[in-house]
Formats: sequence, structure tokens, C-alpha cells
Amino acid sequence: MDFLTVTQSLLEGFAVTCLLFLLTLILAIPLGLLIAFCTMSKISAVKGTFKVIVWAIRGVPLMLQLFIVYYLPGMLSPTGLNPFGRLDNFLYFNLGIDNGGALIATLIAFVINYAAYFSEIFRGGIESISKGQYEAGQVLGMTKRQIFFKVVLMQVVKRIIPPMSNEIITLVKDTALARVIGVIEIIKVADMFASKAIIWPLFYTGAFYLVFVGLLSVLFNFIEKKLSYYKV
Amino acid sequence: MAFLEVKDLRKNFGDTNVLKGVSFEMNKGEVVSVIGSSGNGKTTLLRCLNFLETPDGGLITVDGAQIFPVETTNKKKSQCNARFGMVFQNFNLFPQYDALENVTLAMNLRVENELKERKIKGAEKKRLRKEAKEKNEELAKSLLSRVGLADKMANYPCELSGGQQQRVAIARALAMSPDILCFDEPTSALDPELTGEVLKVIKGLIDEGRTIIIVTHEMGFARNVSDKIIFMANGVIEEIGTPEQIFDHPKSENTKAFLAKADEQI
Repeated sequence: MDFLTVTQSLLEGFAVTCLLFLLTLILAIPLGLLIAFCTMSKISAVKGTFKVIVWAIRGVPLMLQLFIVYYLPGMLSPTGLNPFGRLDNFLYFNLGIDNGGALIATLIAFVINYAAYFSEIFRGGIESISKGQYEAGQVLGMTKRQIFFKVVLMQVVKRIIPPMSNEIITLVKDTALARVIGVIEIIKVADMFASKAIIWPLFYTGAFYLVFVGLLSVLFNFIEKKLSYYKV
Repeated sequence: MAFLEVKDLRKNFGDTNVLKGVSFEMNKGEVVSVIGSSGNGKTTLLRCLNFLETPDGGLITVDGAQIFPVETTNKKKSQCNARFGMVFQNFNLFPQYDALENVTLAMNLRVENELKERKIKGAEKKRLRKEAKEKNEELAKSLLSRVGLADKMANYPCELSGGQQQRVAIARALAMSPDILCFDEPTSALDPELTGEVLKVIKGLIDEGRTIIIVTHEMGFARNVSDKIIFMANGVIEEIGTPEQIFDHPKSENTKAFLAKADEQI
């Protein structure tokens, strides 16, 4: 098996990895913010419920959550058919997308899982902003919404970039878990070579991750530098 | 009828009665200094006037209009807020905005609120917003020049000294054109050599005839600029009077003891 063919196959798998990464990130950030507000709610029932949810999601392995999201709906449905399996078929025959159902199941599990982790980072960031900032906004006649979006948010963003970059880099590598429910991401592709006794592509995948994470690190450094004009 | 009337204002934090019925009044253009040891309710009084704390009882009227108690819808609350301006001990500038933006931000947001309220949309909204923003910027520039920061408008708070930050905060409060400007120990977080520049700016405002309430530990300043001095102890106004009455002929033992202590420190 020559280097170029392998590279091309791995790139196809890596495209799935990147798609999963990007979609999870885009969806988990707003959901995480929502959960963060719920865990800071003044209504104790809401606060308590979401604290328990965050505990449960952070307390169970992500791989197990993938299995739960993928298999549980089928087990609960009266027909016993896995809806993601049916989605797989539907997407394959109508749009020619392979493994679409598994990808969507993975996305659901990842978004929920990462939103829970993000929510705690957001909560920490929001709670670290001094009361004086809110009060200054209030005496200047700003509405609560204005205080959050115009005064607090940018300060929170600056504070949470280091912990967020950690989580986001972890997410890049967690995408490899998707293969347990049949998503053909880069490691799965390499694994298929391995089953034909060609092991080296498996090691080669590391290079893809390294480059991707390297680019992300550069991006985070850039953002941090961009925001260094003010101190929180 | 006095411009500001405060009657029997009360505030508890749990079991602690911080304000146990505070009453005073002041006229337009007057300067009132509130003195007393820490923990006697001076700051809480200012915070109640600015609705940073909700009083547990009492009455506040400004210019004949009752602003507390009032139905606390958010809208009404912000209207009440507009009566008072507040300068904090720790400045509380917005770190991500430069000096000019710190002053214009709230003004511009107020414009947004008004446009929304008047349901103005589309091109008209854009035009009005642009006009208002330009006007606000002009005003902010003139205010910053007045507090002596014409050359610091593009600087961020972290690039300014404490005294400069506090002067930006004063300009920011003035921008909302409050009826009554409150200062909560405006120089307490400053190095001694920086207090002068801030007090000078406050003195300038007083000379303009603004209505000002100032909580301060600067006895000399309070004595020189105030029309009235309020001495607070244990959550009540122990003594109120002209600077001469309070500083030269205090009646209450508590006032005497406090002033003697303040003298010792000097």
C-alpha cells in the first residue's frame, strides 16, 4: 500500500473528524451557555436539576454516552428498530451519505457532553466578574441584557480562553471515540488498514492530529494576543 | 419642598440593621458630605439611593416625584436610576473599552433603548442612531476634557493611573446628566498623591452648582466644600448641620469622639 493512497484514505476519515469537531463546537457553545445560566438560576428547582444533569454527564464516560444515545432510543421504541439505523439507510439511499445516522448520534452525544463541560467554564468565568461591573452598568441605566452583552461578556471571553482551549483540544482527540458506533473517522480508517496487517497508517494518524491541534494553538494564541489590550 | 427628601429609610442585611431610619433633605445645588466610621451605613445609604440595594422601608422623593417605594418594573427602575449618578470607590470602569467608550457606552445604549421604545426602524433608525452617537461622542469628549483627560481618551483603563481612572468614572457619571451625583469614598482607593487631582475635579463640579452627596473620609475637603455634613453612627444620622456646627461645635458625644480620632490620624 503506497503512502499516497493511505494519505488520501486517511484524509477522507479526517474530514469526518473535522466535521464532527466543528459541528460539536458550534452547537455546544450556545447550549453550554444556556446550561451555565440554568445552573446559576435563582429558581432552586432549575438550578438543582441542571447541577444534577451536569454531574451525570461529567460523571459517565463519553464512550458510554455514545452507546446510550445510539442504542437506547431503539430499545425504548415499540418496534425495537434503531432510529439511527433507519436514518443511516434514509441518508444513504436519498443523499448518498454513508453512516449519517451514526454521525448524528455521535453529534448529539458530543454536543451534550461538551456543553456540560463548557457550562462549568462559562459559569466560572461569569462568576469571576466583579459585582462592581454589574453595578456600574446598573447605575448608568443599562438593562440586564445590555450589561451582560456589552460589559460582562468580553471580560468573560478573555478569562475563559485558556480553559476553553484545553477543552477544545481535548475535543479534537475525543472524536476518535465515534468509531465505537460505526462512524468512519480517521482512526477507524487506519484501523481498517491495520486489519489487513498494515499497521503504520495507525501511527501516521498522529501527524494529522498534531497539525490540527498545532493550528488551533496558534489560533488561541492569536486570540489571546488580540485581547491583551485590556486587563480583567 | 426640598429637592431630595429621604424619610425613615431602613435597610437590613439578614439580622443586621444597617440603616435604622435615616431621614434628611437637601436642596438643589447643595453639597452634602456623609462622614462617620466604616460600617455605620454611609455606603449603604448611597447604594439605596442608587437602587443598588432595595430599601426595606422608608420614602425617597426627588423633585416632588416619589422614587421609592415604587412598583419595581425594570423600566421604572432604570428611570429612577437616571435621577442619581454614582462614582464608586473602585472606579468600576469597563476594562475592554477605552476612556472615551467608557463614557459613551451607556449614552449610546440609552439611545438604543429609546429607539426601541419608540419603535423606530430601518433607515430612520440608522440615521437617528448615527446622529445621537456623534452627539454623544462630542459630549463625552468635552466631559473628558473637563476632567483634564483630553489626551487620554484613547487609553484603556489599565493604562491609566487610579486618579485618571476615577476622573474617567466621574465623566462617565456626568454623561448621563443625573440630578444628583453621589460619590462613594471616591479617593479611598487612591495613593495620597493622586487624591488631589480627583478632589479638584469634584470641587469644580461643586462650583458649577451641582447637587452632590459625597461619602468621604477626607475631613478637610468635606469641611471646605459642603453645605451640610451628616455624621452617621450605628445606622442612624447622629448629627446633621453646617460644617461649622459639626466640626467646631459638635453636640453628640459620638461625633466628638469620631472627630477627635480623625484629628489624631492627621
